Amino acid sequence: MNPKIFASIAVVITGLVLLYGVSDFPTFGDPRSPANSGVEGGAPSTSLYYINESYSATKVPNLVTSVLADYRSYDTMFETVVVFAAGMAIFAILRCVGKDDGAVVAPQRKSSIDGDHNRIIVGMTCRLAVPVVQIFALYVIAHGHYSPGGGFQGGVMLGASFILIALAGNLEDALSRLSERSYMALAALGILIYAGFGVLPQVLGKNFLDYGALQKILLTDGPEMARSHSMLGVEIGVALTVMSIMFAIFANLSSRGTLKGGL
Amino acid sequence: MVEFFLNTVKPHFNFWVYVILMMVGLWSLIAKNNLIKKMMGLAIFQTAIILFYVSLGVKDGATIPVLEHYGDYAEKAEPAGPDASKPASKPAPNPASMPAPAASNPADAFANPVPHVLMLTAIVVGVATLGVALALCEMIFKEFDTLEEDELLRKIKALHDDA
Repeated sequence: MNPKIFASIAVVITGLVLLYGVSDFPTFGDPRSPANSGVEGGAPSTSLYYINESYSATKVPNLVTSVLADYRSYDTMFETVVVFAAGMAIFAILRCVGKDDGAVVAPQRKSSIDGDHNRIIVGMTCRLAVPVVQIFALYVIAHGHYSPGGGFQGGVMLGASFILIALAGNLEDALSRLSERSYMALAALGILIYAGFGVLPQVLGKNFLDYGALQKILLTDGPEMARSHSMLGVEIGVALTVMSIMFAIFANLSSRGTLKGGL
Repeated sequence: MVEFFLNTVKPHFNFWVYVILMMVGLWSLIAKNNLIKKMMGLAIFQTAIILFYVSLGVKDGATIPVLEHYGDYAEKAEPAGPDASKPASKPAPNPASMPAPAASNPADAFANPVPHVLMLTAIVVGVATLGVALALCEMIFKEFDTLEEDELLRKIKALHDDA
């Protein structure tokens, strides 16, 4: 029998079972649902603790940032390591360093955005847009405490600005601004910054990633502001890693690991 | 039919959307023959899970979990602490900064931050792992000149028969 019929039967059965279970779920937007306020007669939901207490403990109004970079920072650190490991895996799978092993390289597109008079409109637009994108990305990273934003979002934007250069011109243009050596170093540096903010409190005799202990180094008045400033440092580390790995993924995938030619 | 929609689908429409998207993704994972299409199905599946989580944190009349002007709010509101889940006796003091002034619990004015945190990292990690999958596909295509699963299996079998 056609495998598509088997697939349809399996999918429909799964969907029906899930929809049957869904009828017992809380209604959409209910503030009294277990996820939002805890079980009746049981412990209140963790989110209530974050909403009520996290501002006085960290002085960061954006709860997503404070939960991400302080309460769950151990988790976030290893999420960043996963992104880094994905970049390394793509390097290991695709990148052919040294002699060309017969790979079909797309012919180098003669379309640099630097001084190519045949592409003056695209080149100028790209060269004007990229600084704006990058400054907005830096704002998103640095202002992630007070408005929606943070290291992951800003890092993806920074990576996208380099991908824009590669798409508007060619890969050589982007690589002349962020070479392979630099993005690999920046990706590792991001992890190092994050782990450094974890190890520093240990040196001062507190737990791993216990930012409050950095009060003496950061010269803040109180451990709360030390937590807030350390979160900014951690977000910068995340942004460096995410930016480098996003660009590395694009550069390797679009040129089949040769970093020449490409899209 | 209309009653079914109003009584069963409408209060849970977020879950219905997530289940339908998940079925689309699962179907293309199982039934499609092309590896790229399978990965598209995986991405749709992942989007369904992300929608499910984010929709769990929605509260009616609440705003994003950014505590603007929280300083005034925290000083004047009832001391929260262990009985945070119980309704506060007085309403939020500053209606201008509180989007849901009639909320019985001050925390009801802000959406649940926890699903946002979990999904924020999941999205970026999802992009990175999708990149790894595409890289693997590129190597498979370089080696076998096809991404169709049945042709791949035939060619791999032929390799084993030759050896």
